Amino acid sequence: MNAETNAEPTRRDETMFWWPARVLHWLMALMILTMLFVGAGLVASVSERHAWLLALHKPLGAAILVLAVLRLALRLWRRPPPLPRELSAAQRFAAHASHWLLYALMLAMPLIGWAMLSAGGYPVDLGAGLRLPPIAPFDPSWFAALRWLHRTLAYALFALVLLHLAAALYHGLIRRDGVLRSMLWRRREIVEQDLG
Amino acid sequence: MNEPFAPPRPPVPLARWALIALAVGGLAGAFAYVAGYLDPQRLTPKRLVDQLQTNGGLHPGYRRNHAKGVCVIGRFDSNGAAAPYSRAALFAAGASTPLVGRFALPGGNPYAPDGGVPIRSLALRLTQADGQQWRTGMNNMPVFPVATPQAFFEQLRATAPDPATGKPDPAKQKAFFEAHPETSAFRAWIKDQKPSASYATDSYYGLNAFYFVGADGARHAVRWRVEADNGAAAAPLGAQDVNTLAAELEQRLARGPLRWRLWATLAAAGDPVDDATQVWPAQRPQIDAGTLILERAQDQDSGECRDINYDPMVLPDGIVASADPLLPARSAAYAESYRRRTAEEARAGGRPPQEAAR
Repeated sequence: MNAETNAEPTRRDETMFWWPARVLHWLMALMILTMLFVGAGLVASVSERHAWLLALHKPLGAAILVLAVLRLALRLWRRPPPLPRELSAAQRFAAHASHWLLYALMLAMPLIGWAMLSAGGYPVDLGAGLRLPPIAPFDPSWFAALRWLHRTLAYALFALVLLHLAAALYHGLIRRDGVLRSMLWRRREIVEQDLG
Repeated sequence: MNEPFAPPRPPVPLARWALIALAVGGLAGAFAYVAGYLDPQRLTPKRLVDQLQTNGGLHPGYRRNHAKGVCVIGRFDSNGAAAPYSRAALFAAGASTPLVGRFALPGGNPYAPDGGVPIRSLALRLTQADGQQWRTGMNNMPVFPVATPQAFFEQLRATAPDPATGKPDPAKQKAFFEAHPETSAFRAWIKDQKPSASYATDSYYGLNAFYFVGADGARHAVRWRVEADNGAAAAPLGAQDVNTLAAELEQRLARGPLRWRLWATLAAAGDPVDDATQVWPAQRPQIDAGTLILERAQDQDSGECRDINYDPMVLPDGIVASADPLLPARSAAYAESYRRRTAEEARAGGRPPQEAAR
């Protein structure tokens, strides 16, 4: 690290998430929400929607899995900004637990989907000639369990996303404690003004 | 809107709470709509399969349609004639592709009498050396009665057993067929069709149109069928023939393999490719693609076909689905049927729960 302390535009702001983490966060927010809606829509449709949603669901799931691994590595490599000191112990616990659950589910859901298709004996086609190998035995009992788990955890993930959204807005609109801002892009002068 | 982060004056906190509630509630509401909870009139896979269950009775572990059947094991030997039209590896000259198939009767009752209806089906799953699969479900009639999932659903409702009599209501059926003139080709077929005494003497039609995609990327609208090459048919079955087809198939296979010829019919411009109720004119070009060879049968309760979902949209590179609306509906409904029966199988320890035969 260089020890220069003059205000460079590239100076790292310890109250903000690192910019690649922010990019990944918003990209994956969009992808995961899309994925949840695609999944819910495809199992509730007999129209041509069913076919194209299914064709979208698989490559999108694979992409989320890859990005989730990358994001977890980023998070472990560069810790996120600390939570405000004035948060209660219960709020702290809720924040940490919900984040680790979000990570667990965004990694688990694509893996369960992939294993579920394997157990059902389906080719795991991602389109464009890409096909993944099976990662579970061809077995109806495995399929049944994984199919149930995929749906149940999808609902759990959606509930967690809603909770996460509510908490983010609560920090940004009610508490105004910088937690929401740490994941946004703001003009520097507004940041100065807020800190002042 | 106020700048939410640095407002000039603290705004009414209530409005901010309302904004949070609106964001979360709006997203949850949108999700509920997409998932079908706010839209009870929508035809969903669940409603379609529930209706099949109503019509055929609930038989845990069995398919919700074509519940009674028998597994067959064999191969497809290609002669290369379809290779100019489809780049699928299984059509290459000299290719021999292993398959797991299933003969079956229509309906959700695994104890249905073989002589009850003249409809028979043959489903196939061919697995190429590269792992790609071609799954198809065919029937022994050249046309399907209806063109859309909604009409199929209405047909199921019109032919559902009346709770009072246990039999379909003829007036309801009549009203349905009168309201659906597209069923006329199918009705003409079934009027003269007697229940065959063998799965081996029927020919089976893919019904829905697909596209073959050649190595050059050109698409050709096709329908396929397999034509039986197993000698003459015996006298048709009667109502007293409850369980003869599976045993008859075993006897034939004990004498040697059974053969069907796979034909692909090429559509001409203007032929309907999204309507399974209409046949194409007889003079359309026919490609003899090779021979389907079935070598042995297996009991469906323990055979390889049991846990296969014959989803007609599982296709290898070189075959793509047409815009026929029945195709995604079949895909979605089969998946729902598969979800239910595998769950029932899992609860029963990995095999179909045993029922007393009736």
